[in-house]
Amino acid sequence: MNPELAAIAYLLAASLFIVGLKQLGSARTARRGNQLAAIGMLIAIVVTLADRDIVSYGVILAGLVVGGSIGAILARRIEMTSMPQLVAAFNGFGGGASALVAAAEFLKGVDLPLETDISISLSTAIGAVTLTGSFVAFGKLQGIIAGRPVTYPGQRVIDVAIAAGVVAAAIWTVVSGSSLAFWTLAATASILGIARTLPIGGADMPVVVAFLNSMSGIAASAAGFVIGSNALIISGALVGAAGLILTSTMSKGMNRSLANVLFSAFGAQAESQGVAGSTEDKPVRSVTVDDVAVTLAYADSVIVVPGYGLAVAQAQHAMRELADQLEARGVQVRYAIHPVAGRMPGHMNVLLAEADVPYEMLLDLDEINDDFDQTDVSLVVGANDVVNPTARDDSSSPIYGMPILNVDRARNAVVIKRSLSPGFAGIDNPLFYEDDTLMLFADAKSALEALSKAVRDA
Amino acid sequence: MTLIIGITVFVLAAFIGFEVIAKVPPQLHTPLMSGSNAISGITIVGAIVVSGRGGGTLAAVLGFLAVALATINVVGGFLVTDRMLEMFKGRPSGGGKT
Repeated sequence: MNPELAAIAYLLAASLFIVGLKQLGSARTARRGNQLAAIGMLIAIVVTLADRDIVSYGVILAGLVVGGSIGAILARRIEMTSMPQLVAAFNGFGGGASALVAAAEFLKGVDLPLETDISISLSTAIGAVTLTGSFVAFGKLQGIIAGRPVTYPGQRVIDVAIAAGVVAAAIWTVVSGSSLAFWTLAATASILGIARTLPIGGADMPVVVAFLNSMSGIAASAAGFVIGSNALIISGALVGAAGLILTSTMSKGMNRSLANVLFSAFGAQAESQGVAGSTEDKPVRSVTVDDVAVTLAYADSVIVVPGYGLAVAQAQHAMRELADQLEARGVQVRYAIHPVAGRMPGHMNVLLAEADVPYEMLLDLDEINDDFDQTDVSLVVGANDVVNPTARDDSSSPIYGMPILNVDRARNAVVIKRSLSPGFAGIDNPLFYEDDTLMLFADAKSALEALSKAVRDA
Repeated sequence: MTLIIGITVFVLAAFIGFEVIAKVPPQLHTPLMSGSNAISGITIVGAIVVSGRGGGTLAAVLGFLAVALATINVVGGFLVTDRMLEMFKGRPSGGGKT
């Protein structure tokens, strides 16, 4: 294909990505936006396949068939509860592919210009960090690796040394162009991705997944500099920007800076201290399914606060079933979604959408937080730190300043939880000990199913 | 000179990205992430170019892996985003309560 025509086709693809992303930002047009972006990608791939520099198609076809089958199967089979892992893995694949493009270009290279060497080093380093970082995140989300922060003495110093090693290997690669330098760079960057993700705890994963998403975009941009393609540079920059916006939204949801999330190993210390002793001996109001059913059935309004526990218990369908029962009795039911509930941005929305909960019933923290005052029952299912009043009231709390849902301001709070164990942050939750709080100690799914039945019979 | 052009394109595209995505409702955060992730699979273009021009065995292996990983990212990303967005439904008109 003639190069001008190809360039115009790439421009068309990039434009479709921009329009597609724009439309992904609104519920009405989101699906079409995703389809437009997919069409843009198809155009880019077809144009590239028609490139006259391509001499052999065997390897390409093999890669397309294998990758396409794996991707399609994953996309069709994945449980919505496992979506955070899948997104983490996809981030890693994108970063890995960009690093491999740089590696292949480096192998081919005889007397590469300086700027290409620099781009290759950047693309390799960013891509490799994204690859290994994403797979540690995947492991934590999947439960293969412990979700708590992994820390050890001298970690800071070792991490700085690894980072310095990456920079040194990159300079060495650019200056010498030797293969040994290049593979050292790839190895140190891979180690850095692992070392930097291990100390980040499970509840901080929404920030990490969004950040790695941004990194996968930057890696694609860097690969664009390597092969001299504006299409890659533009698309990668768009994704990098989108990921950064989400990262900052998530950090704000926890009232912490990105640096704090990435470097503080939050939750490690609290865990080693165990549960704060001050409230340990206080009584809680432990109640039965029937007590809760009556409380819910005779309420006028209920606000449900779902958390990661809902996802773990796969209880989204049971939740909707209960909400249907309550609505049939004339109870107003709404859902309050904290920005960092779950393990990735928007996790709860996806789960509840899978259970056919209309999205109008899902309200953000800002929209609904003032309504708790006039609500009869707030029903907390598998959430903990995002409803901890110390974040609002106690300036000595480690999570002080994090925006929380004011469930304690409803007439009654019902908390469905397996035990009194503290949440991820390791901080005891005074909500559980309040007089108006009913604690139902059970697995979320079986409790919700039992509640549906009891409400129907009430 | 081409490096400067590349950097210019990068910076301008990043600004467009910030402008286009600035206000996305939380409900769409996951689809936005998986959809934009599929777009970062554009690196498939680079993967096709480097694996199509021949070379030794190592180049072929790297090229194959690059194409395969990028294709997983592209195909899986767009399909799973579509699957999610298909689930996002409003209240059926006529039914429900006020």
